[in-house]
Amino acid sequence: MKFLKSWFSLFVLSQLIFIPSQVIAGGKLIGTSGGTQIEGSGGGGLVPWATLSGYGTRDEKSVTTFFSAVSVDDFRMTSYGASYTYHDRIEVSFAHQSFKSGDKKTDLSQDIIGLKVRLFGDLVYTPWPQVALGAQFKNANNTDDNQFLGAKNNQGVDYYFAATKAWLDGPFHRSFVLNTTLRYSKANQLGLRGFGGDKQSSYKSLLEASAGVFITRYWMLGVEYRQKPDLLRAAKEDDWKDIFVTFFPNKTAALSFAFVDLGRIDGKEKQSGAYLSLQLTY
Amino acid sequence: MYRCFWAGLFIFTLSACQSIPKQDDSLYLALGGKGGISKIIDIFIYEIGQTEKIIHHFEDTDIDRFREKQIEHICILTGGPCTYTGDEIIPVHQGMNISESEFNETTNALIRALNIAGVSIGTRNRLLAVIASLRAEVIYQ
Repeated sequence: MKFLKSWFSLFVLSQLIFIPSQVIAGGKLIGTSGGTQIEGSGGGGLVPWATLSGYGTRDEKSVTTFFSAVSVDDFRMTSYGASYTYHDRIEVSFAHQSFKSGDKKTDLSQDIIGLKVRLFGDLVYTPWPQVALGAQFKNANNTDDNQFLGAKNNQGVDYYFAATKAWLDGPFHRSFVLNTTLRYSKANQLGLRGFGGDKQSSYKSLLEASAGVFITRYWMLGVEYRQKPDLLRAAKEDDWKDIFVTFFPNKTAALSFAFVDLGRIDGKEKQSGAYLSLQLTY
Repeated sequence: MYRCFWAGLFIFTLSACQSIPKQDDSLYLALGGKGGISKIIDIFIYEIGQTEKIIHHFEDTDIDRFREKQIEHICILTGGPCTYTGDEIIPVHQGMNISESEFNETTNALIRALNIAGVSIGTRNRLLAVIASLRAEVIYQ
């Protein structure tokens, strides 16, 4: 029922797609906003990038909202939130994630507040990449289950360092984007399963990467990879990967579809399926 | 012997002259030469006129001169057989204090012009990369 409700809100949001692009602030080139990743930070689908959400330059501000849904073999996840970008320097974001199994035995959720600061560089215009430093403050809600499985805390902070570069005129005269993110985290399954574990209670350094190409003016095709900490003996987790397409019909909306491979979740093997995300920028 | 040396040198010099790489005019040709570029600039000027955020920079602009110099500039930037008779980029933008967002809006106007003119995405990306490389000389002067 709740899932239906989410789809309904997605439908309502989708009605807003065709807002004329003139109403929005932000003069950056279409597509350079990137999307919003599942934890609410500007980026791809799974990985935060050095880009800040929205199209604002150093004299502009913007607000972005997003809704994402992931459906794999035995689980469903929805995530929604909003972010605010100030003068192409700071991004503040909020996201709420809920994660349920088909048999209703698993019912997890968490809230995430994100902060990202662009240190230097411009995605498109500098010969070096755009570089940003970020943090995601997470608060998991399902405390008892997670502690039973071996998680040490219900709250945790992820820190990441991201470098992203776009080439307007890349191979085959197409525009390309490459991103590398180094994350410092002890979050089990993004934090939904708590922080730290019986295998290791301290932080792990994790590598994440994305690559995308604009195959037409409005369609980007890409892949992502995200290493996971895997700190719980009783609930092993695997690295996540996806293949995505994002449609940028205008500078207000971005719609992403992906095939995701999330590996093992709560003892269930080979969880793969579909990802859908809509983002609106003002 | 000497004659042979001079003849050799002569041939070497000649071939050196010939091996000076011919300017790559493929982007110029892909844009449709002078005619294609003129058409793009005409639409570009119209699109600038439709962009509230940047129009004030063109209030005192002699549009005919602007048009002529833009065509020449795009022509030489893309390897076309033209002479640019306009002013240098930095002095021309001096005192205008063009912001990043105004530069981007102007680029967006150019992108719309290229789309309307039916320029292919590959050719568009090549031209945008050239234009993007001028950004530092244009903004905040």
